[in-house]
Amino acid sequence: MPFTDKPQVFNAAINALSFGEAGREITLGGSNVYPLYAFDAPLANAPRVGVEVSDLGYEKAIPGLAAFYAGAETIPEQAARAAAMPGAEFVCLKLDSADPNGDNAPVEDCVATVKAVYEAIDKPLVVMGCKNVEKDTELLVKVAEAMQGKSVLLMSAREEDYKTLGASAVLAYGQKLCGESAVDINLAKQLNVLMSQLGVPAVSTVMNLGSAAAGYGFEYVASTMDRVKSAALTQNDAMLQMPVITPVGSEAWTVKEALLEEADEPEWGAREERGIQMEIITAAACLASGSDAVILRHPESVKTISEMISALL
Amino acid sequence: MALKGLDIFKLTPKKNCKECGSPTCMAFSMKVAQGSVSIDKCPYMSQDAIDKLSEQTAPPMKTIKVGDYSLGGETVMFRHDKTFVSRCLYAVAVCDGMEDAEARLDKVPQVDYERIGERMHVEMVAVDHCDEQPADKYLALVEKAKALGRPLILGVEDADLAAKAVAAAKELPLVLNGANETNYEAMNKVATEAGIVLGVSAASLDALYDTVAKLEGLGNKNLILDVGAASIKDAFAGAVKIRRAALKNNDRTFGYPTYVNVAELAPGNSHMQGALASLFTTRYGSVIAMDEMDYAKALPLYGLRQNLFTDPQKPMRVTPGIYPLNGADENAICATTVDFALTYFVVSGELERSGVPVNLLISDAGGYSVLTSWAAGKFSANTIANFLKENDIEGKIKNRTLLIPGKVAVLKGELEANLPGWEIVVAPKEAVQLVKFLKDLAASRA
Repeated sequence: MPFTDKPQVFNAAINALSFGEAGREITLGGSNVYPLYAFDAPLANAPRVGVEVSDLGYEKAIPGLAAFYAGAETIPEQAARAAAMPGAEFVCLKLDSADPNGDNAPVEDCVATVKAVYEAIDKPLVVMGCKNVEKDTELLVKVAEAMQGKSVLLMSAREEDYKTLGASAVLAYGQKLCGESAVDINLAKQLNVLMSQLGVPAVSTVMNLGSAAAGYGFEYVASTMDRVKSAALTQNDAMLQMPVITPVGSEAWTVKEALLEEADEPEWGAREERGIQMEIITAAACLASGSDAVILRHPESVKTISEMISALL
Repeated sequence: MALKGLDIFKLTPKKNCKECGSPTCMAFSMKVAQGSVSIDKCPYMSQDAIDKLSEQTAPPMKTIKVGDYSLGGETVMFRHDKTFVSRCLYAVAVCDGMEDAEARLDKVPQVDYERIGERMHVEMVAVDHCDEQPADKYLALVEKAKALGRPLILGVEDADLAAKAVAAAKELPLVLNGANETNYEAMNKVATEAGIVLGVSAASLDALYDTVAKLEGLGNKNLILDVGAASIKDAFAGAVKIRRAALKNNDRTFGYPTYVNVAELAPGNSHMQGALASLFTTRYGSVIAMDEMDYAKALPLYGLRQNLFTDPQKPMRVTPGIYPLNGADENAICATTVDFALTYFVVSGELERSGVPVNLLISDAGGYSVLTSWAAGKFSANTIANFLKENDIEGKIKNRTLLIPGKVAVLKGELEANLPGWEIVVAPKEAVQLVKFLKDLAASRA
């Protein structure tokens, strides 16, 4: 008695969003099946893996990172190294230095870093702000202006600044934009509706639905992603069909399990290994739940996650 | 197509006797239709009606017991549709062909800790037999694994050896994972005679389906389905298709829990095993076996499982009490927040990052976020003051500074009135601001 499978191939699909100028372009999303269900129908685009590079430099206390980036002193050099990481498909430059509560670097300096990094790499670029809304708005508008024609993806527009960023970054300078909301399907949809009312084409945007490290309220992330993908595919909800991009590294490497030194918790073993597994396990769960792209830090995580994705296709 | 509650209601005695545990016959019928209660809970159903209904109203996925653990019994594909009911279990897999099999077994107990009231450890041990190894060597390994006192998954396809292994470990809860399309009759005999769960695998999903149907034909419905080790893609497809067939398409032949051995899918690659364990925890693995469970894998994996297998309608809570952070002693300042697990983890994480010793006081606030529990009256000046009194905080801690969440700054005055001698300090509204706030506070008092 053979088994009768009923594949779930939908008449709706996740939007396909491309970024990066010709020659280094990649596409996120586009599939009409549940996340990673390549056995139902081939995925239009496999989930993408990006590498996070901070403009404050890599964390030197992690031996594996220090070894990987050895000799790369400047941020563009580090970005070039990151772009060449096996499995890396894009680079995410995080402008941590701009944080008014930190270095409070001037906008012009950050824009100069973005330009230099773009020249140094051969992959598409995501530019992420410093999480301070006021500074990010000013910063990302300038980045959008300076990078005209390069088709970079800017992270992120929030409820407070989607108007400025939507109007300037997307409509005036032709960049792609990520809308960020706090782990809630309604907030995510509302932001997408507001941006589309502003005239920002849905196909120019992606969503960051928020993220959490495994064990830190990840059930909200997983269920939000499950619900967003269900609404996008089964109900053809155009306001939830944007691809999902999830910064995993910044969550995974900042929880206790990845921060405490071996001396603090001898049983736990080497800190680097804990950080890598936290990053890998969180990323795999995000991809299973619906991320169309994840942003990671460690070369070993990038390699493992990209191999896992390939093995599932 | 599943029966509707009304169809079932027509067959009930309609006398609302409550003997089934539901308040009315209608309520009972609705529960049966959902698959959450079995039809035979009603003592007044006629045998005819039961026969007619039991096949159609049986839960779509069976609950399989291994010792005290339950596997399967799920009713929805996504946790937001209702909830997942049986968390997946983690196993360490060894085989008699491994040179370091015994050393691996010795390491099984190394991970054992508690997180939010749940014990985190390797729940099961899988002992697999490779064909070229002598039977005695396998039995010796089973003997060694037995000493761990955890349920064993015996991976043997030879019925004679299986019988010996089962007999050798009969005092433990067992899964005999070795039935396939050719040996299922003999293996079924061993498993049913010992009254243990039988694991079934096959070269393809079609063959697996056929073998399960044959085993059910022999009367065995105490099964677990091995998704195999042919490839990562096939194993993932198998786990999803099996669950989907049972829950979405009402195909009860696949209504069983699954077994995934990620060690065989990614031999020797601990990172890939971590990734796959996460993938199958999220999507439909019931027992997940790997080479080794170290803290690096355990901390995120058990955390992920604890998150995913919570009921979305019941917030996860931490036990009320005093949580000393950063080596806090009786002289360290106190801080308080609610018992909602997410709040606790975010706040305690930031407090730990500050490096400042703090006694975090968690009171029973109903498991809601700060503002919600404040609005519900479960996190107020009275509840906080009562908590301090009932737990004799003043006797245990000498420091008289209490930080309260910025979102309930309004409680400051009333708390000062309720807690004479205490200095109430309003902390920031957002947890991310805590590190700087605490460092500044500690510096100003140094």
